[in-house]
Amino acid sequence: MTKLPGWQGLQRVALVLGLPAVLVVVWWFASADSDHLVFRPLSEILVAFRETWLGPRLVEDVLPSLSRLARGYAASVVLGVGLGVLVGWSRTLRALLEPVLELLRAIPPPALIPLIGLFAGLGDSRRIVIIIAGCVWPILLNTVEGVRAVDEVLADTCRSYRVRGLTRLRQLVLRSASPQIMTGARQALAIGIILMVISELRGTVHGIGFSVEQFQTSFRYPEMWSGVLLLGLLGVALALLFRLADSWILGWYHGLRASNRER
Amino acid sequence: MALSLRPLWLGVAGLVGFGALLELVPRLGVVDDRFLPPTSRILSVLAEQAGAGPLWSAVGNTVLTWAIGLALAVAAAVVLGVVIGSVRFLRAATASTIEFLRPIPSVAWIPAALVLYGPVRAGTLLIVVYAAFWQMLVQVLHGVADVDPVARDTAYSYRLGRWARVRWLTWPTALPYAVTGLRLAATVALILTVTGELFIGGPGLGAEILRASAGGAVPLTYALVLVTGLLGVAANLLFRLVERRALAWHPAVRGEVPA
Amino acid sequence: MLEVRGLHKVYDSHGRRVEAIGELTFTVDDGRFACVVGPSGCGKTTLLRCIAGLLPPTGGEVWVQGSQVTGPPSGLAVVFQEYGRSLFPWLRVRDNVELPLRAAGLPRARRRELATEALAAVGLSDAHRAYPWQLSGGMQQRVAIARAVAYQPQVLLMDEPFAAVDAQTRADLEDLIRSVWRRLGVTLLFVTHDIDEAVYLGERVIVLSAAPTRIREDLAIDLPVERDQLATRSDPRFTDLRAHIYAQIQKTRHPAPQEELS
Repeated sequence: MTKLPGWQGLQRVALVLGLPAVLVVVWWFASADSDHLVFRPLSEILVAFRETWLGPRLVEDVLPSLSRLARGYAASVVLGVGLGVLVGWSRTLRALLEPVLELLRAIPPPALIPLIGLFAGLGDSRRIVIIIAGCVWPILLNTVEGVRAVDEVLADTCRSYRVRGLTRLRQLVLRSASPQIMTGARQALAIGIILMVISELRGTVHGIGFSVEQFQTSFRYPEMWSGVLLLGLLGVALALLFRLADSWILGWYHGLRASNRER
Repeated sequence: MALSLRPLWLGVAGLVGFGALLELVPRLGVVDDRFLPPTSRILSVLAEQAGAGPLWSAVGNTVLTWAIGLALAVAAAVVLGVVIGSVRFLRAATASTIEFLRPIPSVAWIPAALVLYGPVRAGTLLIVVYAAFWQMLVQVLHGVADVDPVARDTAYSYRLGRWARVRWLTWPTALPYAVTGLRLAATVALILTVTGELFIGGPGLGAEILRASAGGAVPLTYALVLVTGLLGVAANLLFRLVERRALAWHPAVRGEVPA
Repeated sequence: MLEVRGLHKVYDSHGRRVEAIGELTFTVDDGRFACVVGPSGCGKTTLLRCIAGLLPPTGGEVWVQGSQVTGPPSGLAVVFQEYGRSLFPWLRVRDNVELPLRAAGLPRARRRELATEALAAVGLSDAHRAYPWQLSGGMQQRVAIARAVAYQPQVLLMDEPFAAVDAQTRADLEDLIRSVWRRLGVTLLFVTHDIDEAVYLGERVIVLSAAPTRIREDLAIDLPVERDQLATRSDPRFTDLRAHIYAQIQKTRHPAPQEELS
């Protein structure tokens, strides 16, 4: 990376922050005098945001939601990658299970919520199962694809140097499937956030989705909008976090692609 | 030939085996059959429903909401994507805003949709359009940005006009990305259509699932969930077919762009 | 020692039967350097994969260091043609070289030592921390050679390792292989389609016929041990040997009618 001269750096900052700043300013002034019941002034929403989410609700609602998402997502990654490696390993097993998996994946996860309700209790575990039921499929199917596509020459190299067992699994199979696994994990994260919210709707467990629904049904619109804002910020923060993980895990892959493009 | 048919038979065997497993588990009492009815009972309920009108009108309504939402999202994304993508300044100026708006989970709009529209189809459409729009927009932007610089220079040196450049240069380059975007958007749109029907309102499979489960009709709930899965599989197959058709001429069928 | 006895290989798939290797028998003694040349499509790679234990032969036996090959044998290393695909793109150069040693359970310090030595031997002491895709094609193939060297094999197989690099790099790599072979005292079987390369490198050249492959000629290369790109290649003896092998290969490609009958 060459250092940008001051002027160009300034231009870049202006490009990055310009439009968001304009939008926020427009929102601020356009809504400032609003006496509409639903569309409240931005200033009011920001005050509600501070009072609602930076108080006790941070511990009572935000953290429980995030913790369920984290546990469900982690379980999905472990399950999806584990089963994906097993299924991807054998051509017969793959042919046998692929249509079943495609069918299960195609079911919109929210449709499973009433069914999961029959089995799991009312507490945290039910919400976590809902998150897993939606997140596991993209990871599983992408892992199967990735494991199937291991390069033949690399596989031969491992065989002839007698690289086997766990070393082979870790250094060949999982690493070469990792770009695909990350694609699945990215899709799963988006689904996970959706399920984190809707698994709390019409329920009794504390959480972000639960609170926002309460605000809506009790006509507390500034608080409701602040909840929408919070979900937006969380979505952006998790996407950034994922991008960090991606560049750490797939640094080699992005470099390889960049060097292939140059040639 | 014998070799290429094998996976197909195995796949059928897998589906039959899966059905048989779900038949046996409740029959042997591993799981209470009030919670997991045997496959045969689910299928017989499904067969019964298939002969009656309400199931088909629910399927029709879900497909209608899905198609309207997808069409709105795709139209908006293609127009905006081509405009933003072909003007360098716009691309640079909007990048950060798009990166910020895209990860906002569509379900965050559920309460807003309820307040603005009430429990009707329009509310469901709001979250469907929002979710599908970003999938499509990002693919179109990547596609437009991918125009080969040499081809672009060639077009300029032959003095092709703006319209001719879009027709012969931008469109063919962006098409593979757009078709992939269409498939991804269609998948997401279907998920959110059912989600919206469950948690916002409007007629469709989601509403039927809600009604069946509230009434304790467990086999019917399973049958309806199975129908949403079959609908998903059908949509996926359809858009894969479209993808293959549209890209048949293309030397390298492109994959998803990593975000 | 490397022994190939009555090797026979038939590919049988989709009802199509292709006889790749008719019958091959030869021995390479400990520490010798043999090159295998033949017309394109003559089953050179099939032969090498059978020896490496990557492909089961239809008939015959392969023995490496006194034991019969049924799977990849220990003490044998392979350098593949596709250097870009035989290196792990997610591992740095040093980790690529160390991976087989790690799988063999060597302690960390010993692995480090062997990798450092091997990378120095191929002239890549500065590249330890680079990723393979950051290197040029010739350097990538050096990494693959270093990996084979660090593995300390008794037998080293090379499958057209320089087919995809430019001429100057190729000359450098050829000299590198000669020096590595002389230093390690390893038994080396080098498969190539390039007659010049075979004559320049080997102590012996095995000329194969077109498929179904047999040995057409087994020729000792009586050139001095010290080889030099300029001097050796302009040696009249080099030119004679090259012309001789060239004629042999031409004959296998366009066999005379009576040969076809016999």
